[in-house]
Amino acid sequence: MATDIIIHDKKDNVGVVVIEKITPKQDCKCWIMEGDGSTSIQSMDEIPLGHKIAMVDLKEGDTILKYGHDIGKVVKSIKKGEHVHVHNVKTKKW
Amino acid sequence: MEIPKSFLGYKRENGRAGTRNHVIILPVDDISNACAEAVANNIKGTIALPHSYGRLQFGADLELHFRTMIGTGSNPNVAAVIVIGIEPKWTKKIVDGIAKTGKPVEGFHIERTGDIGTVMKASKKAQEFVMWASEKQREECPISDLWISVKCGESDTTSGLAANPTVGNLMDKLEPLGVHLCFGETSELTGAEKVCATRGATKEASDKFMNTWNSYNDFILKEATDDLSESQPTAGNIAGGLTTIEEKAFGNFQKIGNCKFVDVLEPAEEPKKGKGLYFMDTSSAAAECVTLQAAAGFNIHLFPTGQGNIVGNPIEPVVKLTANPLTVKGMGEHIDCDVSKILSREMNMSEAGDELIKTTLRVANGRLTCAEALGHKEFVMTKLYRSA
Repeated sequence: MATDIIIHDKKDNVGVVVIEKITPKQDCKCWIMEGDGSTSIQSMDEIPLGHKIAMVDLKEGDTILKYGHDIGKVVKSIKKGEHVHVHNVKTKKW
Repeated sequence: MEIPKSFLGYKRENGRAGTRNHVIILPVDDISNACAEAVANNIKGTIALPHSYGRLQFGADLELHFRTMIGTGSNPNVAAVIVIGIEPKWTKKIVDGIAKTGKPVEGFHIERTGDIGTVMKASKKAQEFVMWASEKQREECPISDLWISVKCGESDTTSGLAANPTVGNLMDKLEPLGVHLCFGETSELTGAEKVCATRGATKEASDKFMNTWNSYNDFILKEATDDLSESQPTAGNIAGGLTTIEEKAFGNFQKIGNCKFVDVLEPAEEPKKGKGLYFMDTSSAAAECVTLQAAAGFNIHLFPTGQGNIVGNPIEPVVKLTANPLTVKGMGEHIDCDVSKILSREMNMSEAGDELIKTTLRVANGRLTCAEALGHKEFVMTKLYRSA
């Protein structure tokens, strides 16, 4: 079944857009690869293919989980359904 | 899918098998490029491998230079080699190294002869070699004769979601058949280094990996003037949705599937512990990494890409795959295997792995890769530090 967003791991708090783009207020179907589960979310932003969407509200200092692992820290609070990228998340390395 | 147990390759004198049958003209140093290119221009079917280094190097950097030169000439995709250098001593060292494989190799030095005389002598030998090599036939070789290297580039989130796990699926299916496998990219495992270390087949391999990564990271911390955010992730990565090096690293790491690595190799070092997966300490720059893996003896390369890296190599065919439908649409002439249907859930990972195995075998049997057809021959030496 077609999906708009793919989430790697049940623990992840972000998903990846896999259609050309999603638009604000779009109701999106999400596939959770781990365990072949599904969920849904309403987007807040326009988000292009390959970019991430927040699956939950996130505040400054929170850890972004993808592949079930720590991939960086939130530097500006993010609401569920918003675009997650370099403007609100930074590496914990270097 | 029933995996074929053999492919059609060129059997070499040392027992290895090639997926290609190149006669190469190998310059020892930068100033011998013109001569090497003139020979390759004279004698059809040969290929020159010009590069930028080979003078006044010393220590580990010089050792790496020789290892890369000798390894490239020794690769089973190469039938015969002409070596051309400015001076006799280093030229002979490379000739002697390649000669250990038993393949035809002859060296020429330019000093006291000049370019024109050297081109004439070397061209005569190159003609003899290429006509000899042209009679070599492909023969049935066991699939375990495949030495497969992997590296991803211009990655985006579709790489970690689909293209890299497709390579991982291929590794999981081919590793039990006795192939050699190799992944590298020390820098692009940053963030996933501790998880990667747990994938050592032995404690020794795990410790060796952590030592390699730590030494790399110390170098970055010493040289870096900022957080490397201009380089890692790259602008292309960020455009594709990758936000941090950690995210890139966990995506990268999907390429090895569930395999464990048996050893950690120096750049361009030939694996010595038999079949299985190896980690090689390499840069994450595509052409440098593939050049080092080819010099270690790998005879076919798998290159998953997101936004569309276009790299090729003169001796090791580079098979590209992508899961990004926009990349397939916009630059399809670079993509050998399209696995974008994973994202629309019209294809599962195992089906994608099977598709990649089929493509890999077709290329091993002789089908040109997109990069070969488009003339990509990036041969880029890794330099460890400045010359004397």
